[in-house]
Amino acid sequence: MTALPEAADKKLGLVIDLDTCVGCHACVVNCKEWNTSNYGNPLSDIDAYGAEPEGTFLNRVHAFEVTPDTGGCAQTIHFPKSCLHCEDAPCVTVCPTGASYKRVEDGIVLVNENDCMGCGLCAWACPYGARELDALAGIMKKCTLCVDRIYNENLPEEDREPACVRTCPAGARHFGDLGDPSSDVSKLVAEREGMDLMPEMGTKPVNKYLPPRQKDTLLADMALTPKSEEPKGFLAWLDKALEAL
Amino acid sequence: MGDIKAGKVEARPSPKVSDEVRQTTCYMCACRCGINVHLQDGKVKYIEGNKDHPVNKGVLCAKGSAGIMQHYSPARLQAPMKRVGPRGSGEFEEISWDEAYDIAEGWLKPLRDTAPEKLAFFTGRDQSQSFTSFWAQGFGTPNYAAHGGFCSVNMAAAGIYTMGGAFWEFGQPDWDRAKLFMIFGVAEDHDSNPIKAGLGRLKANGGKVIGVNPIRSGYNAIADEWIGITPGTDGLFILSIIHELLRAGKVDLNYLCRYTNAGFLVSTDEGAADFGLFLRGDDDKALVLDRATGKAVAFDTPGINPDLAGHLRQGGTTYRPAFQLLAEKYMDGAYAPEEVAERCGLTAQKIRAVAAELARVAFEEEIVLDQPWTDWKGEKHDKMIGRPVSFHAMRGISAHSNGFQTCRALHILQILLGSVEVPGGFRFKPPYPKPPEAHPKPHDMNGPGQPMKGPHLGYPMGPEDLLVEGDGTPKRIDKAFSWENPFSVHGMMHMVISNAHAGDPYKIDTLFLYMANMAWNSSMNTSEVMRMLTDKDDNGDYVIPHIIYSDAYSSETVAYADLILPDTTYLERHDCISMLDRPICEADAAADAIRWPVVEPDRNVKGFQSALCDLGARLGLPGFVNEDGSQKYADYADYIVNHERRPGVGPLGGFRGEDGTGEGRGSVNPEQLNRYIENGGFWHTQVPDDASYYKPWNAGYQDWAVKIGLFDKPQPYVFNLYLEPMRKMQRAAEGHGDVQPPDNMRERVKAAFTPLPEWSQPFEDAAVDHDEYPVHALTQRPMHMYHSWGSQNAWLRQITNVNRLYIPGKIWDEKGFEEGDWAHVSSVHGKIKVPVARMDALNPNTVWTWNAIGKKRGAWALSEDAPEATKGFLLNHLINELLPEKGDGQRWANSDPVTGQAAWFDLRVRIEKAPPGGPSEPAHKASKSHIGQGPKDMAYGEEF
Repeated sequence: MTALPEAADKKLGLVIDLDTCVGCHACVVNCKEWNTSNYGNPLSDIDAYGAEPEGTFLNRVHAFEVTPDTGGCAQTIHFPKSCLHCEDAPCVTVCPTGASYKRVEDGIVLVNENDCMGCGLCAWACPYGARELDALAGIMKKCTLCVDRIYNENLPEEDREPACVRTCPAGARHFGDLGDPSSDVSKLVAEREGMDLMPEMGTKPVNKYLPPRQKDTLLADMALTPKSEEPKGFLAWLDKALEAL
Repeated sequence: MGDIKAGKVEARPSPKVSDEVRQTTCYMCACRCGINVHLQDGKVKYIEGNKDHPVNKGVLCAKGSAGIMQHYSPARLQAPMKRVGPRGSGEFEEISWDEAYDIAEGWLKPLRDTAPEKLAFFTGRDQSQSFTSFWAQGFGTPNYAAHGGFCSVNMAAAGIYTMGGAFWEFGQPDWDRAKLFMIFGVAEDHDSNPIKAGLGRLKANGGKVIGVNPIRSGYNAIADEWIGITPGTDGLFILSIIHELLRAGKVDLNYLCRYTNAGFLVSTDEGAADFGLFLRGDDDKALVLDRATGKAVAFDTPGINPDLAGHLRQGGTTYRPAFQLLAEKYMDGAYAPEEVAERCGLTAQKIRAVAAELARVAFEEEIVLDQPWTDWKGEKHDKMIGRPVSFHAMRGISAHSNGFQTCRALHILQILLGSVEVPGGFRFKPPYPKPPEAHPKPHDMNGPGQPMKGPHLGYPMGPEDLLVEGDGTPKRIDKAFSWENPFSVHGMMHMVISNAHAGDPYKIDTLFLYMANMAWNSSMNTSEVMRMLTDKDDNGDYVIPHIIYSDAYSSETVAYADLILPDTTYLERHDCISMLDRPICEADAAADAIRWPVVEPDRNVKGFQSALCDLGARLGLPGFVNEDGSQKYADYADYIVNHERRPGVGPLGGFRGEDGTGEGRGSVNPEQLNRYIENGGFWHTQVPDDASYYKPWNAGYQDWAVKIGLFDKPQPYVFNLYLEPMRKMQRAAEGHGDVQPPDNMRERVKAAFTPLPEWSQPFEDAAVDHDEYPVHALTQRPMHMYHSWGSQNAWLRQITNVNRLYIPGKIWDEKGFEEGDWAHVSSVHGKIKVPVARMDALNPNTVWTWNAIGKKRGAWALSEDAPEATKGFLLNHLINELLPEKGDGQRWANSDPVTGQAAWFDLRVRIEKAPPGGPSEPAHKASKSHIGQGPKDMAYGEEF
């Protein structure tokens, strides 16, 4: 069993806007290419050109259909999912070797790959399915919030954010300190009524989701008032309107 | 796997990112974003968006981020090859470039000397069309085009003819100022990152999105309002909105008077010799009624206001302003919401509400910018007035046989709202706006050994511009610019193979294709096309004698060619994304870009354009040899820098002149490519503030465009609500003029070429029994894949490697489908077996699937049991390039009668439950993979 810090100094995390996510998978693939070549073991691809290709990804986008309770048209929701860097992270407390840990300085949940024995308990404990055991390395992989980018002095300052955030074409992903109420991300969460994923699990996730805005609200009784029905009436209207120009 | 480097497993704050960053242009799709390619130890480590680049401003999509896997794809061709087994077998022998050129020259040289039209050169998703067309012009064959005819030519042609520009490469919504954005149909695959970014910005600003699409996925998933329209009825829906707007007087009359041909006087007496044409003055300029004097004056007379409400009697004929004809037509009860709603699959109330919302935002949320500007007549304005409603559409409304008129209708809606080239509306990107008159006309061949008379493709303005023989026989192999599809401004690549196979209008000798997967997902009727490519005549010779193909990868089409010219990957090549071609400009800036070899090829391959420089020199083509007969351009890079299309204007606009300061114009600068590389791979120059809107009529813009060489003198024009060239085609069909259609085409031309758009039932819809084929079937491309390229990509194929047919809940329940089931899908043309899935956010009479996921066994270096081959499928097998026989002795093309656009989305099908389990059918026999198969397991990046 591994202990969680009593309190992290910061709560770095992501805010994901479900109202603008178009499900394009840009975040999924840019995450893969950054993380396979940088910190930790590569993210392998099994049977890459064969019958059952299956590799490790730290972030995936799921699509769901939702039919509103109030009736109306079915909707498609694109739902990107990666580690939520929970305050009460069950994946950490379950770890038998201390490989999984939550950092005091910024709250990021990481795996020390030297100590990970690939037992998979953490993946079992995570209610979100956010961890993936790499089949080739036999080591647990998960979102690092691009810990090797966000402080990286070899990157221009504007690029010191997670790869998924930097690449998102729709601007649906935001990164910052959710422990600081005055941060842009905290304000966004307050403004848009950001939500925890499955709060009933008691994991206190740091990442937040901004819900889709109300859809299909065009007023049922909206219509234009005719000025003229017949071509003749139209010409009279037109003449008057031209005079007023 | 090997041991990973010590230190890599530590969570260090500042690890080294890479050795070097090289900036070039992405080519994972046609969006052309700027990319930073990080290299380490000479290998590509990471690709990200370039934050300074005008197209993507730093973001990058899934395709772009998967570029590493494309670059190192196991499906890359390795060397030139000649076929040694029968066509389709996939049996090849690697040869040298010299031998490859010898073979090509041996076929092509005699053709050029005797019958250049026997070469058909078609170039797929080519981004170097101004170059490939230049080569084909030098060769002298009229048979050249790229893939626009099966892509979105309806959108491009309707846009140019109506307003001098269309969507995507021609223009963009004013994302920062628009408050309402309406998007029609499948549009996720073009201008992909700018639209995603724009949607994000629009929403952040509080703007709303209306999505019109039978399928609620992608952009429609985040639309605030979803209009789940029935396929092929968009035109009817739009004209009904116009009906509502006209009745309520919600049109921008000031805008219409000033900037459109609303006031042009049209002859309205059926018996008159000029019926349906504009009244013109002595200088041939169209006339309008001056509201102050009641006299007919040239439309561009300074200081006049055209009277839209009056009429003129002259020489016994009544002339009325075009706007009156438009109002009369669309105010007719036939376009009332309650009349059209059922056909559109909508409620009348929904149509009324959309019209009301468009009008509300356009006229009640008007934008006023304090930006003075001067118009083309010299009148000064102290403000720019904006109507913050913007639109976008692409293949969805385009790929129907009524697509041209539907696209015209959409542009007319934009124009009636006064929302084109105004703040908050739709804005052109340089070199657009450019009216049809400013484009070339289609050109004919000169004869053996001679270059063409001019560019192949262009914009006909009347029957005299068609490419037909005296008896109406088409001059081109694809029958472009013939009576069957007179305004086929992008050619008709989808007809080339079937026409060449049929010898209709004539036989060809060599089919030369580049980057077009015509033996698979780029052809309608795929199985039959494969048969045509392998078909032999009575002598045992192939009906199409020679096929040359250039591709970078082992696509399905490779197996059907006799000679393969292997292209490079996009990171190994020179390219120019040129304003002479398919530009990447923004509404606020002219821009172009390059690709350059950020890594050198490790195989015996060559950029296709460089191969054309070599081949052009061997054939002695004008433009490719010096006066002494020696090779003019060593390679494509040499051409990009040194070619001048007009004096001082070349493929690239940036860093021209000896000192590299020339913008748009300037002499050749030998250092130009280096300057592009130093600048991040692109060049751009801002449109001046007073020129940023009203471009077609803005003197400041016109002068700026001349200065940077977009054109040589100002070319202001007005938008065409009423399209006179259409009427000219109709008049020919009525018997007027020297150039006459064959008699059996007359009724078709009369019906199709209405000068104001009319909605007509799509051809297949009208031809087939709706009880037998009750359901519409569509395809779209996933945002993370582009055409067929995605399946060789180890990362992207994990996201999608099987396409299921999505079936709406009602049909799903009626047919008793369950998860994991398979279905037979039949059209009037064929039958396939496919896996199915349920989807409720879908028009109830429509099924759909992802395009080009299905692969032929043996292609793309995939294993033969790859899911793409065993469960993936193409809907193409159900679509024919010809319509079902009508019993009139003719086989009509399954294409738009105006432009020849392939009518992919007119398809109707029947769905039945099939026996469980795969494979998907038809299950074509594997071609032998000449490239082997990709590695089993991978851990990319372990060496870094």
